[in-house]
Amino acid sequence: MIPALRRYARALARDADIADDLVQDTLVRALRSERLFLGGDVRSWLYTILTNLNKNRRRSLARRPQFMPLLENNPDASGTEAESRDIARALSTLVEEQRAVLLLVMLEGLSYREVAEIQGVPIGTVMSRLARARAHVKASLEGERPALRRVK
Amino acid sequence: MTDRNIPVTEDELHAYVDNELPAERRSDVEAWLATHPEDAGRVQSWRAMAEALHARYDSVVNEPVPKRLELERLVQQPRRWLYGAVAACLLAFVAGGGTGWIAHGAVAASPSSFQMFTDDALDAHRLYVVEVRHPVEVPGNERAHLQAWLTKRCGWTVRAPELDATGLKLVGGRLLPGPTGPASFLMYESASGERFTVYTAKAAIETTQMRYTTQNKDGAMFWTDRGVGYVVSGSSDRERLAQVARLVYDQADKGEKSGG
Repeated sequence: MIPALRRYARALARDADIADDLVQDTLVRALRSERLFLGGDVRSWLYTILTNLNKNRRRSLARRPQFMPLLENNPDASGTEAESRDIARALSTLVEEQRAVLLLVMLEGLSYREVAEIQGVPIGTVMSRLARARAHVKASLEGERPALRRVK
Repeated sequence: MTDRNIPVTEDELHAYVDNELPAERRSDVEAWLATHPEDAGRVQSWRAMAEALHARYDSVVNEPVPKRLELERLVQQPRRWLYGAVAACLLAFVAGGGTGWIAHGAVAASPSSFQMFTDDALDAHRLYVVEVRHPVEVPGNERAHLQAWLTKRCGWTVRAPELDATGLKLVGGRLLPGPTGPASFLMYESASGERFTVYTAKAAIETTQMRYTTQNKDGAMFWTDRGVGYVVSGSSDRERLAQVARLVYDQADKGEKSGG
């Protein structure tokens, strides 16, 4: 479970240290919480905590200038470096909710229903976020300048 | 009840790629794609996108998990009975064998004795004083906002006391899960980088007597005031800690009186 959480966090937050901070905070919160004892799906619940922590983190950063790393310092093992930078860059142009949906469905393999519960929205909203995210990333990968339209 | 003649919608294309489409509609979509190259191209591009994501990020799964994320480390904290139980569950999932949570009975009660309460506060203290990047959620230069926010979320008057007399400046604060609800957490720092934290949460313990405890290199002062428990954590130097706690105590008291 922890390796998968780290993968999701890395894709969500880009920066490896921030990503592991998120995972650590998620685990600490999970271990501190007693909600687990009410039952439910632990996997979804951990993704929910991490998604929310990242949302909160970004919210608290929103009022400050943001610095992006100039270079990804973790080129992947497979695939070309340029390709991986492209997908990472394409992800970074997505609004938060869309990036989370895209990663949870396409990378982590969660169902629409699970993602709807994680984000606290109807399944229809998940589907429209996913459709917009895919269109946006596709355009970005194909070299179009992505429209920085903020859509909910 | 599907019909080949019903046009395939964009939603269905997504659902098809994500294996969310009802089985009986899959062949319809496949037939549709065979005759609609534009849609087939989009489906193909989404699959390529998924491959690119996996190619980029799957390597993270194979990295060794950093020490600080090892459950044994996170578990070596107070409230071991609780950590142990949840950690066992998490580990079960790590091992891939998690089938469900069955130990409900093991932890029915949630005691909040003075010791437990202080353990929680020290736990938060240790977790956040080492943070360089984001020790707090709201910085100390937004004091009024911080106080208003924590007061609203916690339900009692949260004031960030002035501790300048002891050489401490407010770094900021954050909201935490407490034993029975929200907890407020304030951090202070001296010019030399020494950090103190003030933790408050609802406490069903009727005592106003200040108590002192020490764990490893950290010390904590605990007291309650009108149903709210306070823990000042920091240096294990008892005198220094008492000096800080006294200032917090005096100001919290004043705040309550002028506030109501």
